[in-house]
Amino acid sequence: MEKNIYAYILRYSKKQQIVITLIAAVSLPFLYAFYELPKRIINEAIQGKNVTFPLEIQGISFDQITYLFTLCGLFLALVLVNQGFKYLINVYKGLSGERMLRRLRYDLYSRVLRFPQPVFRKMSQGEITQMINAEVEPLGGFIGDAFSTPAFQGGTLLVIFGFVLYQDVWLAAAAIMFYPVQFYVIPKLQRKVNLLAKTRVRLVRGLSERLGETVSGVQEIHASNTARLELAGISRRLGDIFETRFKIFLWKFIIKFINNTVNQMGPFFFYSVGGYFVINGRLELGTLVAVIAANKDLAAPWKELLNYYQRREDARIKYDQVTEQFEPPAMMDEETQLAEPETVTALRGAISASAVRLEDDTGHATIDGASFRIEPGEHIAVVGAGGSGKDQLAALLARLVVPSGGSLRLDDLKLEELPEAVTGRRIGFVGSSAYMFATTVRDNLTYGLKHRPLIPAEYDPDDRAARTKWEQEAARAGNSIDDPNADWIDYQAAGVTDATALTPRLLEVLRIVDLEDDIYMLGLRGTIDPAGRPDLTDLILKARAEFQKRLRDPELSQLVEVFDVERFNENATVGENLLFGRPVGDTFNLDQLAAHPYVLEVLEIAGLTDDMLAAGRHVASTMVELFADLPPGHEFFERYAFISHEDLPTYQALLARLGREGAGALKPEERTILLSLPFRVAPARHRLDMATDDFKAKLLKARQIFSDNLPHDLRQAVEQFDEKRYTAAASLQDNILFGKLAYGHARGSERIGAVMSEVIATLALRDDVIEVGLDHHVGIGGGRLSSVQRQKLGIARAILKRPDLLILNEATAIIDGASEARILEKLLDEFQGRGVVWVLHRARLANHFGRVLVMQGGRIVEEGNYSDLDGEGSVLHELLQTE
Amino acid sequence: MGLNEEVELMRNIPLFAKIDPPKLKLLAFASERMIFSAGQELFHHGDHGDMAYIIIEGNAEIAIDTPTGEMTVAKVGKNDIVGEIAILCDVPRTATVRAIDQVTTLAISKDLFFQMISEYPQMAIEIMRELAQRLEHSNALLREAKAS
Repeated sequence: MEKNIYAYILRYSKKQQIVITLIAAVSLPFLYAFYELPKRIINEAIQGKNVTFPLEIQGISFDQITYLFTLCGLFLALVLVNQGFKYLINVYKGLSGERMLRRLRYDLYSRVLRFPQPVFRKMSQGEITQMINAEVEPLGGFIGDAFSTPAFQGGTLLVIFGFVLYQDVWLAAAAIMFYPVQFYVIPKLQRKVNLLAKTRVRLVRGLSERLGETVSGVQEIHASNTARLELAGISRRLGDIFETRFKIFLWKFIIKFINNTVNQMGPFFFYSVGGYFVINGRLELGTLVAVIAANKDLAAPWKELLNYYQRREDARIKYDQVTEQFEPPAMMDEETQLAEPETVTALRGAISASAVRLEDDTGHATIDGASFRIEPGEHIAVVGAGGSGKDQLAALLARLVVPSGGSLRLDDLKLEELPEAVTGRRIGFVGSSAYMFATTVRDNLTYGLKHRPLIPAEYDPDDRAARTKWEQEAARAGNSIDDPNADWIDYQAAGVTDATALTPRLLEVLRIVDLEDDIYMLGLRGTIDPAGRPDLTDLILKARAEFQKRLRDPELSQLVEVFDVERFNENATVGENLLFGRPVGDTFNLDQLAAHPYVLEVLEIAGLTDDMLAAGRHVASTMVELFADLPPGHEFFERYAFISHEDLPTYQALLARLGREGAGALKPEERTILLSLPFRVAPARHRLDMATDDFKAKLLKARQIFSDNLPHDLRQAVEQFDEKRYTAAASLQDNILFGKLAYGHARGSERIGAVMSEVIATLALRDDVIEVGLDHHVGIGGGRLSSVQRQKLGIARAILKRPDLLILNEATAIIDGASEARILEKLLDEFQGRGVVWVLHRARLANHFGRVLVMQGGRIVEEGNYSDLDGEGSVLHELLQTE
Repeated sequence: MGLNEEVELMRNIPLFAKIDPPKLKLLAFASERMIFSAGQELFHHGDHGDMAYIIIEGNAEIAIDTPTGEMTVAKVGKNDIVGEIAILCDVPRTATVRAIDQVTTLAISKDLFFQMISEYPQMAIEIMRELAQRLEHSNALLREAKAS
């Protein structure tokens, strides 16, 4: 990157900087006029000196009053012109600053993508985030100012100074007599601030690194009871930052103090010396007033310039400190990463390694003199003890690291020189903990197929125009103009023709990695947009009907309480019973029903308010009675209570007041608290004897009223149950169930689950359900999947892109043996004719492979057929023995 | 059946007779009511177990696996507790318990069970008594078997 911030600014925004400077220059004559005019207003128009009225200018004659107002009008116009210039300059510099900030962040990010792997062992996620997010932020502001501030403020200063100079040389000298002091002292002080600022940047980086570590290692912290240690560490860091920042403030304000004091010296001389001259008649009062006004204005640009100086120093340091981190040695060049070859042909040649050596950052050779050959289409197992170098071998083959010595070639090409377009498409890699991006299962699967936008997104004309504008702006900041909304999936690479054909292939791949059932379960719990899948909703409704038919078996019917608009559902909460549907959005959120005016109105009309209050009181008193003696944080609070431990006293007080004063004395918010309790009770589960027959009857009435009178604008907020209609807000499973599992039946949910699977199988719905499962969102880092599921998905991703060579590095280590064996068999079958290099965590599995490489101490010590190698005294034999 | 009814029922069980009603109510609230249909197993010999069951209603048979097949050793009914051995000594289920007719139980988790025992020694004594009786019963069976 450019070695300093000015070089960077000039390289990418020379034109804008010139424009800003020109605008600033053009504005200066107007500024001069703005200072000149008051003098004439006072001297000529008001005091009538040096002029005789009526005055003739350009053939128009002015008397004194019209002359005054004309000049004042002109003054007003100049105010507007000057402010207009300021506005223009500010907007323009804001624009160019933001554009440069965008470019800088983009540049840094693109460099992160090209860092060699080992860098990430030294540089943490927290540090990188801190640098790209926070540290460069002030640079954007500064870049806008870099040339415009000295030009505009410096120009302003010169204009005002010139004006004063023209009026009186001595006054001008007086106004700037202390500037040399500032020139001398300020940089000296600023240097101290600069040093401290550097320290501060370093400390804050350390802090964000620590924060990142806390988040990643929070399990260890809990498991080791080290919160206190962590708090102590953070406290020390915050203390260091505090001290540094405070010192910066001290020095900054000392600088400010000196500047302000010096600036106030000017008026002192104007009043004394200038006043003396006026009294002696050497100076006109109008001139003195104008000079004083000008001097006051002189302080502002001068202050801006000094500020600018401080900010420039700050920006310079930040730029240096950030960019030096983004220039690690051996960074991949942009061409290798982004070049798009005409065609990416299949890798047909053999990979040959001769005397390959790989050193870690301490210089220790993890791979030392490895030589081997991998023929196209060969299936090879790599085995070895931990630390034998087998992990590194996998990383080398996948070109995630490059050899420190020796040569690794594909035919006659060096592997490290191949563009990523070849290695990333034709070679697949799965490590021991595959990473999942925070998106859907489907997107994670197809991630390996998205190398470049292939089918442009469709836009209507308005959006198209906006998009074009967006692209132009992106280009101006040197950013990518590729459209994330385009279809990036390379269907051809997946061996299918289009999006429709891809889905069956996805299911096929899921079957290879033994993940189909899991995704099926996710699908059952997923929701669909009925408008997008009318065919599927019809099928689900059929499944619902079929399921209901099976429920006629009395053994099963007691396990589910089906929704029936005429009946109170004992297994649903009172709130659900009232809505008789699913809330959409937050309007009728089940936890806040009691606060909704429409709900309250319905209760009132149904004559249920008092019953609900009584029920609330009953629930509250039961809870208080049951839980009063439990310690805070007791698991029951989490599992059963509608009331948390902290709230117990509130309820106790509430109940006591109710006992003394009756329900009439409650404040509205207290009524809400009390009313909200029964809404959350499911009578069958909570067994609180709350729902009497009378209560249920009234609630059914309320349900009717709720649905009949639902205002138009609330219709969207709830989706009521209807046997004939699909409930979009509910999962597939709940749509088929169309009821609630009855509480308290042994293995009820298992038995119902089995019946549901039967129904789904009968209607041949299984694949559709899996497809819905593909839209499941996997959470941050795949956190909503188990680690085994993530791993299987990672393997599926690599299979889907059909690489010519698939490298797996202990990719199935966490998967259970039976499942692993199935995956191994199916995967090797799928890769008939294409290469597989599988670094195994269990040497025993190597017997499925045509050839075995045995590693020890960074070398390949044995090589050949499994059964030939497995003899007394061989390294492989020993590995097998220790398993 | 509501909580208060359950508490009434539990008070008639010797095991819980000496426990304060509020605590009993908490126990009832925290435990799960579970219904087994006729023929359904509450648990199976050899399984891992973390629940004990108090029978509120219905009858069940206790059977053990023997080399010659399953043998029914006892019948249990209302107010009896089953499955406590597995959670007391952390061993797999020592017998199979199967519902004869529809059996309604109160399932108490291991944690809850230990919590109650440590808080109410009286409950521990009751359990000891129950276990001693069962031991005596087994011994009697053994004697009979030897004699014949």
